[in-house]
Amino acid sequence: MSKTQQAPGGVRSKGLADYLNDENVRAVIYQIVAIGLVILAGWYLVSNTLDNLERQNISTGFGFLDLEASFGISESMIDYTPKSNYATALIVGLLNTVKVAFLGIVLCTIIGTIFGIARLSSNWIVRKLATVYVETFRNIPVLLQLFFWYAIIPGAFPAARNALQPIPDVLMTNRGIYVPVPVADNAYEFMGIAAILAFVIIYFMKKWADKRLDATGQPFPVFWASIGIFVGLVLVAYLAGGAPTAMDIPKLKGFNIQGGYNISPEFLAVLIGLTVYTSTYVAEVVRSGIQAVPSGQWEAADSLGLKRSVSLRKIILPQSMRVAIPPLTNQYLNLTKNSSLAVAVGYPDLVSVSNTTMNQTGQAIEAISIYMAVYLGLSLITSLFMNWFNKKMALVER
Amino acid sequence: MKMKTILAAGAMSVAAIAANNAHAGAVVDGIKAKGFVQCGVNTGLPGFSAANSEGKWEGLDVDVCRAVAAALLGDAEKVQYTPMTAAQRFTALQSGEIDILSRNTTWTLTRDAKLGLTFGGVNYYDGQGFLVPKALGVSHATELDGATVCVEPGTTTELNLADYFRAKGMSFEPVVIENINETTAAFFAGRCDVYTTDASGLASVRQTMAPNPDDYVILPEIISKEPLGPAVAQGDDQWADLVRWSLMAMIEAEELGVNSENVDDMKKSENPSIQRLLGVSPGMGEALGVDEEWAYRIVKQVGNYGESYKANVTAKLGLERGLNALWTDGGLQYALPVR
Repeated sequence: MSKTQQAPGGVRSKGLADYLNDENVRAVIYQIVAIGLVILAGWYLVSNTLDNLERQNISTGFGFLDLEASFGISESMIDYTPKSNYATALIVGLLNTVKVAFLGIVLCTIIGTIFGIARLSSNWIVRKLATVYVETFRNIPVLLQLFFWYAIIPGAFPAARNALQPIPDVLMTNRGIYVPVPVADNAYEFMGIAAILAFVIIYFMKKWADKRLDATGQPFPVFWASIGIFVGLVLVAYLAGGAPTAMDIPKLKGFNIQGGYNISPEFLAVLIGLTVYTSTYVAEVVRSGIQAVPSGQWEAADSLGLKRSVSLRKIILPQSMRVAIPPLTNQYLNLTKNSSLAVAVGYPDLVSVSNTTMNQTGQAIEAISIYMAVYLGLSLITSLFMNWFNKKMALVER
Repeated sequence: MKMKTILAAGAMSVAAIAANNAHAGAVVDGIKAKGFVQCGVNTGLPGFSAANSEGKWEGLDVDVCRAVAAALLGDAEKVQYTPMTAAQRFTALQSGEIDILSRNTTWTLTRDAKLGLTFGGVNYYDGQGFLVPKALGVSHATELDGATVCVEPGTTTELNLADYFRAKGMSFEPVVIENINETTAAFFAGRCDVYTTDASGLASVRQTMAPNPDDYVILPEIISKEPLGPAVAQGDDQWADLVRWSLMAMIEAEELGVNSENVDDMKKSENPSIQRLLGVSPGMGEALGVDEEWAYRIVKQVGNYGESYKANVTAKLGLERGLNALWTDGGLQYALPVR
């Protein structure tokens, strides 16, 4: 590595000073010293922390995860009661975080793309409205926006007793929105399998259609065919499963509405807040991506006689993706991380549950290290996926 | 990297390692050096700790901090307050961000033994209750099956709530918001049927935050024991003793009939207990590592326990002494002997 190793034999052996004057040797020494200092600092922090915890008689370790949690959590995607242990409680929090982050990412991409394109619209009103939307929500701190949504959502709807019913059996109250859900039945599992099967068929059909388009120039209505296959297969599965019709309909019982699926005000506030906030950034990313495509591409598409909408969809957007994906990844990561602010409005996300755990058990360092690890993991997964997607979308040089 | 930077960084690490911050009396020395007591209080619970219209903190919990400052630093005003949510309080104490936590905190085994806390006594005997809107038409907690309940996270309240509903075979849906102001706002907006916390807290919230206090009722059931008191971090016994005995001095003063008005006259009292408390016959201050006037200053500047209770809890919330009467009046407040 260093030049000294390549020194030809027979030359007089070098003194220590010569070594220290060698740039490469010095570079290695500096790096060793730097790493040493990092390790020293890390060791100092860890050992000092452990000493202090020991001195204050604070127990350490992850043993607490097996203890009974004894506190309630308002919404959970898995079975959870106060009898469950802390590990289960943390998983409930994690799933709630993933739920709101995933839906947020999907929604902010859709809304952001629409507003990004709208900002470039030739229609003055559309363009200005989009600008106002983006500039307003981009420049207000997301925490304030969460408080704002949480303040208006419970206030906007009546109490459970006089719930609004915009659609029969859908109840809107200050406790959230209640929608009917089908009662569990085997048929729904068949439908799930049918849906997966449909996606596989659609995937191969798309491949075949692309090949045919390349070979013969004949387009195939992939979109409509896909819908047909999907709906057809799922419908067949539904009928084959005995076509169950039983629904779990939300009804007022006692204090609350029982039954159905509840979309809580806390969840709504977090979802709307994160989506609106992040969609403004996505809009800017989309806009800059479109503007990065040379205008010659538009002109070329025009000269082929393509409609504006077709040029946008088939020519401009795919090219703008190459510019847009890396900053888009950042926005997805931001949204996921910002979901930790949910604690402020009472949505039981990972941070909220960890904070409670931390307080009931006193295991601050353990709880914080768990959620740091989880957010790091979520972020790495998102960015791995986006990097893969980026590679796929990258310009293929022939 | 520059050689100088490396050397500087190295020197700093060595210096940091050399500095050993763990020795007895560190908290007391630190307070004397900075000249004030750093006190963690509730973000806003009138009667216990809340900032008044002039921004001055007052309440029963605040008075404990003032008493400690009077004993150690000679001036009850030498306190800096850090408002804390329930979820922040223990970490703040463990990490040394605050010297004393005086924030309606329940003394439990886990907290005492596992969280690295030392409790300094009980300045309020409380129990958990339920606050509901009258319109709900509920008169007993046993009728709350299926209710939505607003509660602060990281509290014993949260655990008792789950225990109580489990024991009664009832279901509930918790709404857990970290900040007490947000929690109560959610309750008064109708997000929850029930707000639960210690009965004193319910009285405080109903009295001071409800749009119309008469529309809300506190249910008769008290579902837990909540002995509330000040806490300090484990590891500095001198500091823990000072906090404990500052509180005891306030209760003892009430028991002996010494108050902020008559404390100067009482110095002439022939009663040996009063003479010991007020430092006329020396020894107590020396034992605590402060001067002999420590308790005199507490009573003079802050008042005795009864005075503090009357000015804060009775005047602001209308709560009578109840369990918090002196033991001589049939209550639980019992000062350990100052001797």
